[in-house]
Amino acid sequence: MYATRTRQARPEPFAVHVGIGERLGLAHMDWPLTIAALALAAFSVFTLGQATTHDVAGSPGYYVDRQTIYAVLGVIGMILISRIDYSRFRELRVGIYTFLCVSVALVFVFGFAARGSRRAFELPFFSFQPSELGKVLLVLALAGFVIDGARRGSARQRTVRYLCLGLAPAALVFLQPDLGTSLVFVVATLAVMYFGGVPWTHFAVIGATLIAVISLVLVVAPAVGFPILKGYQEQRLTSFYHPNEDIGGAGYQQHQGVVAIGAGQKTGRGESATQTRLDFVPERSTDFIFAVIGERYGFMGAAFVLSLYALLFWRALRIVTLSKNSYGTLVAGGIAVSLLFQVFVNVGMNLGIMPITGIPLPLMSYGGSSVLATFLAVGVLQSINIQAHLSQKGRFAW
Amino acid sequence: MFLGPQDRPRGSRLSLRIAVVGGVAVALFAILAFRLWNLQVLDGGKYLAEAQNNRTREYKVVAPRGDILARNGEVLVDNRTSLALVLTMDKLPADPAKQKAELTEVGELVHMSPKKVRRTIREQEEVAAGAPITLRRDIGSDVVFYIEENQRRFPGVTVQRVFVRAYPDGTRAAHVVGTVGEVSEEELEAPPYKGLEPGDEVGKGGVEYTYDKYLRGQPGLTRIQVNALGEPTPGGQLVSTPPKPGDNLVLSINPAVQAAGEAALSERGLPGAFITMNIHDGQILGLGSNPTYEPAVFTRPMTQSQVNELIRDPVAAPLSDRATESAYPTGSAYKIITALAALENGVITPSSSIFDNGSIELGRQKFKNAGGASYGPLTLVPALKVSSDVFFYELGLRMWDKNYLQDWSHKLGIGDPTGLDLPGETEGLVPSKKWRDELFAKGETERPWSAGDNVQLATGQGDLQTNPLQMAIAYAALGNDGTIVTPHVGMEIQDAAGRALKEFAPKPRRHVKIDPVSRQAILEGLHEAAQVSGGTAAGVFGGFPIPVAGKTGTAERPGHADQSWFAVLAPYPDPRIVTIVTIEEGGFGAESAAPAALQILEAYFKKHASEVSSSGSAVAE
Repeated sequence: MYATRTRQARPEPFAVHVGIGERLGLAHMDWPLTIAALALAAFSVFTLGQATTHDVAGSPGYYVDRQTIYAVLGVIGMILISRIDYSRFRELRVGIYTFLCVSVALVFVFGFAARGSRRAFELPFFSFQPSELGKVLLVLALAGFVIDGARRGSARQRTVRYLCLGLAPAALVFLQPDLGTSLVFVVATLAVMYFGGVPWTHFAVIGATLIAVISLVLVVAPAVGFPILKGYQEQRLTSFYHPNEDIGGAGYQQHQGVVAIGAGQKTGRGESATQTRLDFVPERSTDFIFAVIGERYGFMGAAFVLSLYALLFWRALRIVTLSKNSYGTLVAGGIAVSLLFQVFVNVGMNLGIMPITGIPLPLMSYGGSSVLATFLAVGVLQSINIQAHLSQKGRFAW
Repeated sequence: MFLGPQDRPRGSRLSLRIAVVGGVAVALFAILAFRLWNLQVLDGGKYLAEAQNNRTREYKVVAPRGDILARNGEVLVDNRTSLALVLTMDKLPADPAKQKAELTEVGELVHMSPKKVRRTIREQEEVAAGAPITLRRDIGSDVVFYIEENQRRFPGVTVQRVFVRAYPDGTRAAHVVGTVGEVSEEELEAPPYKGLEPGDEVGKGGVEYTYDKYLRGQPGLTRIQVNALGEPTPGGQLVSTPPKPGDNLVLSINPAVQAAGEAALSERGLPGAFITMNIHDGQILGLGSNPTYEPAVFTRPMTQSQVNELIRDPVAAPLSDRATESAYPTGSAYKIITALAALENGVITPSSSIFDNGSIELGRQKFKNAGGASYGPLTLVPALKVSSDVFFYELGLRMWDKNYLQDWSHKLGIGDPTGLDLPGETEGLVPSKKWRDELFAKGETERPWSAGDNVQLATGQGDLQTNPLQMAIAYAALGNDGTIVTPHVGMEIQDAAGRALKEFAPKPRRHVKIDPVSRQAILEGLHEAAQVSGGTAAGVFGGFPIPVAGKTGTAERPGHADQSWFAVLAPYPDPRIVTIVTIEEGGFGAESAAPAALQILEAYFKKHASEVSSSGSAVAE
């Protein structure tokens, strides 16, 4: 087997190196990536610390304390994951995939409902949202399936198979209902397929189908009386086409977010921020945290955050090119693209150019599952980077 | 397929794909950065303004209206503060069931049934849709605390401190001061009310109406920082423009005269009116009408019985000011005008004698003296003293086709608005040949002008319609050598510290040339009528230490008992003030109006009449 041979071909790093830094793989970590992730998490804690002191009565540190814990746990998880040879996940793909589907499905049974949707399990310390972790798990499993099935069946059959594997959990998440996360699943699936070499023509067909489905969901189905989206989902999705039509209604959040960011101007309003401090912008600790940054710290702060994401994405894409094997390429590519997608959709939503889909801003938005899962994803990227270095076959990289 | 399980992904195809993703990423970040630049740097000012506007609510702080004072500074109208329960309809729950539940609960707090709450809302929305609705004023502090402590349970319900007009003396000078009320939709469109909003209070009657712009004041503005729910945030008061209270209005009203006049009317228990005026400058010292009303009832929601009593009773009509808004015949009080017209046009001289045989026959009509008396030969002075009707019938007859009487009536201000600074004065009517002939031509009356009409007018009867105010102007003109003053009750505008900002001294409307001989003869006749034994009012004024010149009147009104009039200039022979009293169905002039006038003069001169033996003075008129 491929995996066995690979492990045999490479000396066990723990046996060779003894230094603690080396044991942790710190020497081969991608430091710009680490710094970008840490800086984003730190900025998140900083922002929450300033903006949410009055959110929970009697507990000014509610959000900031928890977010700090999540970030610390996330960093630990990232380091641990980075020390694992990611290629093992390829062997575990069936298990991972099963765990993913079952955990997402179990939410329907044991999950607690928040705002009309069951997404998470209520645990003693925090509520665990399997679909967040699922973003990483899907990439890990699907990349394994793609590598494994690369020689089975025709190209068309393979494309259909990958699509089915990816869309099954996406559909489960969609039914929770969680439109945003299910879209991330779809994008992650397509990204893995993309780096897996699925022909452009297939993507063209998928794209055409997607457009047809969207128009069916948004236009045809409601017209004939079978609405697929919940009313609020459809309103959110379509209201950004006409944001000024209904400032008090569906377009309200978006408009208030845009006003908040605009009002931040170049240097921000700091403590005199009103839009995000006085509840005009909803969900300021989660989906609209970028609006908080925009209003409080202005263009300087918002552009700084955007550059951190650009740095993060650049390093992730660089790791795609460095990967020592195809599995790493696919995993890194899937993670990189799904991170890019989440950042673009969330920031775009804050800026009023993307619909409201409820996708959190990775590492910035308050939420244990999201922060942990993103750090784990970064850890997987680090693992790919470390393994690439350890294999001594690292190519020249930009 | 370029991927083999053993291979590293290599080759141009993967590089292309990575490059494409990189390119897309660059494009996406560029889009975000451009959009960010647009929002924050290019349009930032606009959004900042919108955010500022978002978080502030402006609350109007009502300015208290100015006080209304009597000439000596005594307060006639001021303000008290009251806590009012105010509903902002668009902040109430949108869900009808929830809204109903909240309104019911709020209604219970202030002891209003859901039906009454709904009716209050409906009524106020009809007047000014969208304006905050004052559900109830003068709510108790317990209700205030309850609502403020449970503010979240009562969205759209607030407690506001409002100023409510207060009337320390109840009905005192009610018809002069008038009432206030919410500005109406029609008023809002009129220039004097520019800048007002529905719900603002403006003067609706009396000097409250006339001097509204001085009394009104300017509302202040408080800007408060609010959160998205519109709730004030701690420490969020941003800017505050204090309200500018209205200026005070000082009236020419003499409180003693006013009180005496009102008491005199109410003692008699009959509808009537009085007016006391300075004959030289037109300042009104007292003006009242009976029955009267409490202006304070308009500051509270009215009960149906109050509405019925105040508005729907056409007979008592307590809201109408009988001193200025009435249209009465005056009876013999009119004779000074007949006398002036006859003297000034040479119809008679003061020494001309007319034989009074008790009646005068005119075709089929026979006009008699009251009480069937006959006085024999009379000159003007005794004719006025005993109020011989036949003497004045004769004058009316002599002038019937000349229009002298009508000209002099108008010269002295009868039948024309006086320019009084109170709204609603009646124009009145002096019947003339032209007037009646025109009516006859139009078929609105059964006969043209006849001598009988002028004979009636000569004694203040027939179609004559005037009011105590016009009579006061006419008597004042007699007393002041022909100056037709502009009557006014507003004297001065003062700021809160009492500094005069503006004085009102309207110019006389005109001067009428009156021969001093004529004037003296008439005044003498009036003096004798009032105070010389045998005069019509001697039984009333005989014992009054101040010499006066007064004339009784007994007007016949179809469908009513005789209306009592008294007009008096004092002191004689150089009068300063005129007092007119009329009492509906009060009988002879000396029976009710003259004693009422005496009470007023006693208050003005602070001197009391000694008892005189009444020698049947009220018999003849």
